[in-house]
Amino acid sequence: MATVAEKIIAAHSGRDSVSPGEFANVACDVVMANDITGPLSIKEFNKLKVDHVFDPHKVVMVPDHFIPNKDIASAIQAKAIRDFSREQGCVYYETGRAGIEHVLLPEQGLVGPGQVVIGADSHTCTYGALGAFATGMGSTDIAVAMATGDIWMKVPPTIKFVFHGALQPWVGGKDIILHIIGDIGIDGALYAAMEFHGDAIHQLEMDGRFTIANMAIEAGAKTGLFSVDEKTEAYIAAHPPKWGCSYKSYTTDSDSDYARIIEYDASAIEPTVAFPHLPSNTKKVSDAGDVAIDQVVIGSCTNGRLSDLQVAASLLKGRQVHQNVRCIVIPGSQRVYGEALEQGLIKTFMDAGAVVSTPTCGPCLGGYMGILAPGERCVSTTNRNFVGRMGSPQSEVYLAGPAVAAATAVTGHISGPAEVSSTQEVAAR
Amino acid sequence: MTLRGKVHKYGADVDTDVIIPARYLNVSDADLLAEHCMEDIDADFRERKQEGDMIVATSNFGCGSSREHAPLAIKGCGISCVIAHSFARIFFRNAINIGLPLLECPEAVDSCEAGDILEVDLSRGEITNTTRGTTFTAKPYPEFMMGIINAGGLVEHTKRRLEDSHS
Repeated sequence: MATVAEKIIAAHSGRDSVSPGEFANVACDVVMANDITGPLSIKEFNKLKVDHVFDPHKVVMVPDHFIPNKDIASAIQAKAIRDFSREQGCVYYETGRAGIEHVLLPEQGLVGPGQVVIGADSHTCTYGALGAFATGMGSTDIAVAMATGDIWMKVPPTIKFVFHGALQPWVGGKDIILHIIGDIGIDGALYAAMEFHGDAIHQLEMDGRFTIANMAIEAGAKTGLFSVDEKTEAYIAAHPPKWGCSYKSYTTDSDSDYARIIEYDASAIEPTVAFPHLPSNTKKVSDAGDVAIDQVVIGSCTNGRLSDLQVAASLLKGRQVHQNVRCIVIPGSQRVYGEALEQGLIKTFMDAGAVVSTPTCGPCLGGYMGILAPGERCVSTTNRNFVGRMGSPQSEVYLAGPAVAAATAVTGHISGPAEVSSTQEVAAR
Repeated sequence: MTLRGKVHKYGADVDTDVIIPARYLNVSDADLLAEHCMEDIDADFRERKQEGDMIVATSNFGCGSSREHAPLAIKGCGISCVIAHSFARIFFRNAINIGLPLLECPEAVDSCEAGDILEVDLSRGEITNTTRGTTFTAKPYPEFMMGIINAGGLVEHTKRRLEDSHS
């Protein structure tokens, strides 16, 4: 009897079964790095004195953090992963054909159910939405896996999260994951795998599932896994495996395989905001009080997908961004940008007085494209609100989903979507 | 090997964004990163720290991003080891991989103050607070991880593995 995480690790380490706490050498289906972590990986890879990466189809380099290059030093880092990718023939996406790694890889058909994916980026856990055992590591781990095709792991225990009932209008994946982190804390799932189940999870579209899996790391988890269902299969049919590989879906055998089971009433979850300076510092938006906001960011590997932009646009359409607010919209990939353009969402954002940027991680980690001054406050659909995360250590970041972010952009203070939307809009959702 | 140094003490959830803010991640050289280590939560850290000093913190040290630049920045400051109640998962791997010693020992953390002098016997996991005359034993590493530590980090460990497989 085993969990999904245990079954995937066993299948990738040549063993019949593994147990939590055991160490295993695990074969990797995808090994990834970006423009910040990649240069360090390449430096360590070169120390290993191997000529080639283990499989160029399975090594992926994505320039996304400080891309398009924000300064000379960033340009040198981006060049390092570009040159390495050309030399080694590994998978690489250039600016203009790329996007934020965790939005890009699923839409390119590079990740899928039953795979082991490791990336030198903590939000690599995003691919758990597709049923992959995906986890973030550091540059040296990635260097070793680029050379050997495998990496050591400690088998995690699994915590099951069950959401009974249906979600309220405007409540999405971000509200669910913030609700969990607010409940269990930012080390509440430390070293563990999270599994998400229940009616509300089954009803969620893939984009909402990516958002939840993405922030598993914000509870300290190693990965966040979803069951493969008809929505997963439809997503894979629309984004077929790039190299034609076959995927495999796993299920946990029984509830007794979990270290812990935590259950929630999904209908009780309201639009949620994480106040500074921890993702666990959550409040219902209705309890937020009067917090004036200087900037709103809608985008990132957490909430930069098409449906996130659709939600934001539905609230900004025919309305104006508040005069005291800068609203920055960042589509998560070139494809998302194109689809948003075709659907008229980009025009909606521009008409509302928002600025629309090329895909980049940019402001999420305080890189560029929306840095905060001392004393400024930002509502952001990103994933972390630590001290100094988006700029000055005296600035404040409030994390929320796209509905709260867009509503806040209109009112100028932290607001739920109900504050700006008409009853017809609510009924339509 | 025995380490000796002064304590710099912090609380829970010291994240990688404050260990080394992302605005400095356009380079990866440890000495350059060290110039900004901890600056957003402890502006004087860089002036106070001396070679061999130790960072002591409560739970979930190193939470947040996967940036290996965080343990590199700490190591670049001359910090000899980090002692905490617990460590975030990726930070833990990164520190082991690059050879920054970490010790999990809640008792040693709770009983020391900033400025205390600690001596750490890494092979025995023994932490002695010479200011207060107390001694504690940290949680031992699993044998698998000791292999990586004894090899001098993951790169050296892997080099040996690759050499063995070729011979």
